[in-house]
Amino acid sequence: MTQKFTLNVNGKTHSVDVDPDMPLLYALRDDLGLNNPRFGCGLAQCGACTVHMDGQAIRSCVTPVSSVGTAKIVTLAGLGTPEKPHPLQTAYVDEQVPQCGYCINGWIMTAASFLATKKKPTEAEIKTALEGVKCRCGTHVSIVKAVKRAAEMMG
Amino acid sequence: MTKHDNPTTLSRRAVLMGTGALVVSVGAPVGIEMLLSIDEARAQGAKPPLTPDQLSSYIAVNADGTVNAYFGKMDMGHGLFVAIGQIVAEELDVPFKAVKVFMGDTATSVNQGGASGSTGIQLGGKQMRMAAAEARRVLLEMASTRLTTPADQLIVVDGVVSAAFNRDKKVSYADLIGGKYFNVQLDWNKQMGNALYAPGKAQPKPFKDHKIVGQPIKREDVFAKVFAQEDFVVDIKVPGMVHGRVIRPEIAGAVPVKVDESSVKDIPGVQVVHQNGFLGVAAPKEWDAIKAMQQLKVEWSKVEPPFPNQNALYDHIRKAAVRKREVGGKTTGNVEEAFKTAAKVIEAEYEWPFQSHACMGPACCVVAINGDKVDCWSGTQKSHFVQIGLAAQLNVPLANVHVRWINGPGSYGRNDADDCAADCAVLAKAVGKPVRLQYMRDQGTGWDPKGPASIHIARAALDAQNNVIAYEFKSKGFSRVDVNTNGSKLFDTLAGQTLGVALQSGDGFGVPAESYEFPNKRASWETIAPLLDRSSPLRSSHLRDPVGPQIHFASESFIDEVATATNQDPIEFRLKHVKDPRDIALIKAAAQKFGWDTRPSPKKGQTGNNVTGRGIAYSQRNGTRAAVIAEVNVDRTTGKIFAKRFTVAHDCGQIINPDGLEKCIEGNIVQGISRTLWEEVTFDNKSVTSVDWISYPILDITETPEKIDFVLINHPELPPTGAGEPSIRPVAAAIANAIFDATGVRIRRVPFSPDKVKQALS
Repeated sequence: MTQKFTLNVNGKTHSVDVDPDMPLLYALRDDLGLNNPRFGCGLAQCGACTVHMDGQAIRSCVTPVSSVGTAKIVTLAGLGTPEKPHPLQTAYVDEQVPQCGYCINGWIMTAASFLATKKKPTEAEIKTALEGVKCRCGTHVSIVKAVKRAAEMMG
Repeated sequence: MTKHDNPTTLSRRAVLMGTGALVVSVGAPVGIEMLLSIDEARAQGAKPPLTPDQLSSYIAVNADGTVNAYFGKMDMGHGLFVAIGQIVAEELDVPFKAVKVFMGDTATSVNQGGASGSTGIQLGGKQMRMAAAEARRVLLEMASTRLTTPADQLIVVDGVVSAAFNRDKKVSYADLIGGKYFNVQLDWNKQMGNALYAPGKAQPKPFKDHKIVGQPIKREDVFAKVFAQEDFVVDIKVPGMVHGRVIRPEIAGAVPVKVDESSVKDIPGVQVVHQNGFLGVAAPKEWDAIKAMQQLKVEWSKVEPPFPNQNALYDHIRKAAVRKREVGGKTTGNVEEAFKTAAKVIEAEYEWPFQSHACMGPACCVVAINGDKVDCWSGTQKSHFVQIGLAAQLNVPLANVHVRWINGPGSYGRNDADDCAADCAVLAKAVGKPVRLQYMRDQGTGWDPKGPASIHIARAALDAQNNVIAYEFKSKGFSRVDVNTNGSKLFDTLAGQTLGVALQSGDGFGVPAESYEFPNKRASWETIAPLLDRSSPLRSSHLRDPVGPQIHFASESFIDEVATATNQDPIEFRLKHVKDPRDIALIKAAAQKFGWDTRPSPKKGQTGNNVTGRGIAYSQRNGTRAAVIAEVNVDRTTGKIFAKRFTVAHDCGQIINPDGLEKCIEGNIVQGISRTLWEEVTFDNKSVTSVDWISYPILDITETPEKIDFVLINHPELPPTGAGEPSIRPVAAAIANAIFDATGVRIRRVPFSPDKVKQALS
């Protein structure tokens, strides 16, 4: 039933022995102990599980481990550190965005992937890029402000 | 060890008390013996029992001079701990950073009611303020003897006490008591929960001396959250833990009658738990538990689908037998008689659907049972009540149950967290291992207790000169406490109900909270029985500002309807009848900040597909008041509403942290827009059908308002009241009134989703 896979996550390789159909989310959380991608829906509807796969924001809750191959996975913990933060992390702290904070992965990882390719986006472009990501506490206004601020920091 | 385990300490203290050694005559010569006596009486190495009448239950000074504040409530994402830290630091005269607030842990805090009714600062903060003030008083008393200086000639700066006229005579809090516990009795009112109050002898500081309270101090946890350094409840792992999942019936009310365990025998280590109506699985690997949940063959009891057609919901409410009726608020005059004399009567009826907490993640809990000791990690709003519930459910002494509140995936009232704790305990007990249970999305949104659906009937009597001579407001709906606000009773949890404990449905609703005065006025509510009397996905309970949004959607829409009927500007009409001076100031402040154009609604001369309008609504809530003005854009073709701009005036007495308050209000407004424009629990005859983010949509980021402006009215001279909920209350009516202003069409049923608005406009 299970198969061995080698995963490249946050710059390190890890071996896991799991069901090939198991979503990547469970490998990251349960096998690798990375807590930041979270289960929100298991349906790719909310973004709480978002990670980067070769730079693209993907929903790890519906991505089978067997489909990852040699792709480089980056989670929020691998995006930046307190010493070397990603501009979005800095902006999130400056704008004091989160309330409960459970949704953070969805927003930061999706926005990071967007800002990597889009310089100086308009507010409308930011909103469109983030469409579908969920925040239940209603921090929408602060999220948009933080992404704008990060975009400015990134030039 | 408690002090009862240490008879020496106890007897020594008793002797001291008996001899009156504690009565220190300030300024009198103090011998070394008395010094020891006072310190020993006030501080001790062993912690006194964790009871509400002990100062040590709230405040401790560590050996390094830092302060622990033990708080029996918890933060639901508004940075409450920052405000509590500010209050404690202020009263103790220590730096803000010296205070660490520990929240919602039953081993370190007493039951202050949990997160409940926006009382974190209003009641929880009040108690912490009194406790911290008492701690300072006691520390000064101790310093007075140490420094042989009268207490009123001592000053405290950053936790160091010194003589005002000789600053070299000094002693730090750390030297006075650091690492020991306060041994000081408080005057406890013998209440638990929100009502708990236990002041000491000290009076808190006059507000004019506040230096830390009122400052916009930031949340440190944001840093931890964005760098993935903070554990949420979903991240808790304990040795030997297995993963659990529960299985819910397709037809609400059905119970599993036959379970084929062989259907999951290929899954490693799986265990099936079937007790009466309870059904769950556990497996060492989470993905295996999910597969077992999906794969397990179950035969369910044959039951009649319990629910009416959804389009008959409001008719059901209208016709249902009234279970409880109550008049509330301030009644004046004689409404019936006044209506008989009316020249004109205006009447309208409003409808509000069931709504879900729909938290970001479904609830999660970890329970570990070791003999008669129970450990629980939960995202509950009320850990002390979960402690009571688990003790009863597992039949162990209360003191043996340790519940730790850990950040959950949002909350907003009685969500699915308390059910999850009880379900998790059933699994953990049955499989004999620690269990981590996380619900699936459909279980979170489909089976959480719901905000109650309701109808509201308002009528006003006018005389020949268009004066309002009578006003009556009636609500009828499902109870806000069909299941109670916490999991302390088995009958209030799905686990209890599936195991066979009969539901004891409670009754509660509410009336509008405002200060309109009319010669004759009456408000009342009626509750009806739940649609299913056991383990129901439509059981109703507390959802953020319980029944507030529905009541004030109706009452504040109706106020506008009366203003329109009498050709008056909505704000002018309100100001004519609102009598509370703070309410008047609030409404005026909102109008000024917004740039309100005084005129009756609807706005004249608008043509084309896109029309705009503005609307106001205001309400009170337990001492706080909020006025919300919305500017909306209506696309007549699609029916799409864009809630574009908001101005919120907010008065919650003394402001502890203005930045935290703004963020808190911002969330209220946005969640309020979401509940108004999109949110409706859907169901068929069998069960709830809104089970994910497609079937239960919430406000998308593309619909973010362009701007929210705040007018924070500060009354430092008044006690602080709550902010977690009051400003969500008027949002729906403000939007409804703005839509009317834009279109001339009054929408009296929430949500205002495009298809429904389009239908209303056609």
